[in-house]
Amino acid sequence: MIFIVSFLVLLMLVAAIAASVFRDLINAVIATALVSLIASVLFYFLQAPDVAMAEAAIGAALTTAIFIIAIRRTKRYEE
Amino acid sequence: MRRIISILLLVIVAFGISLSLSKIPFGVPKTKVGKHYISEGVKETGATNVVTSVVVSYRGFDTLGEITVLFIASIGLGAVLSSIGKKTARKIEPASLILSTGCKVLFPLILIFGSYIFIHGHLTPGGGFQGGAIIASAYLLIYLGCRERRINAKVSMSIESLGGLLFVVVGLIGLAISGYFLANFLPKGTPNLLFSAGVIPIIYIAIGFKVGSELTGIIDNLIEES
Repeated sequence: MIFIVSFLVLLMLVAAIAASVFRDLINAVIATALVSLIASVLFYFLQAPDVAMAEAAIGAALTTAIFIIAIRRTKRYEE
Repeated sequence: MRRIISILLLVIVAFGISLSLSKIPFGVPKTKVGKHYISEGVKETGATNVVTSVVVSYRGFDTLGEITVLFIASIGLGAVLSSIGKKTARKIEPASLILSTGCKVLFPLILIFGSYIFIHGHLTPGGGFQGGAIIASAYLLIYLGCRERRINAKVSMSIESLGGLLFVVVGLIGLAISGYFLANFLPKGTPNLLFSAGVIPIIYIAIGFKVGSELTGIIDNLIEES
């Protein structure tokens, strides 16, 4: 159990760093969605299924979609 | 130079946060009121999901404030986007057959799942906000898969307003009957049954419809403009 959680936390950290490093903003948004998804799994492990559901639906699905729509209207690559 | 300063600031902030977090004991009850919610919540509200009993019953007024914030955010987005002005309708490229068929198959299932989440909010984990967000994601799928389909903005606005109105009216009826806003004036029934917990399921259904139509409206506004 502790191994799964620590692996997920490490993955979350890597995804968070990747989100700030990527020049392609679509990739950065996908990395942010990964952070939200892992956060929701961790909330479930911490026995907070209500928060996990909200995080998965809003953080991983809707926010990602809104970011991608915004990127489509502006620039895809950060200079 | 700027980079060094920002890294230094980040380190200071991280130090401060970790210092204050290390002072908080983890997993230990810190307030007496939390213990009361856990031990007496089911008896007092009839909802077996303690989180729901706090969100809708003990702290129902805060929830009203929360959905008001969401409402204002949605209205503000609509106002800002409509001031930019509608673009002329471009020709919409249809999605591939696999994507559109998959969306049509998945859409009702996700809709039923979202409704299940908010109707059973007082029994199982989840509730109005979660169910509403899931319903909005179902509509997002429709926008991606069947691009020529659009929701009726007027219908979604009226559902949103009716949901908010139902919440306030239920609260006011509680004020009239039991003497305080959002009082649980209906019989609590046996816990663990669908028809239990008095007004909590009614309020959560109202919140579910309201949040679902609001988030759908936000996505609709954004996609219309792009």
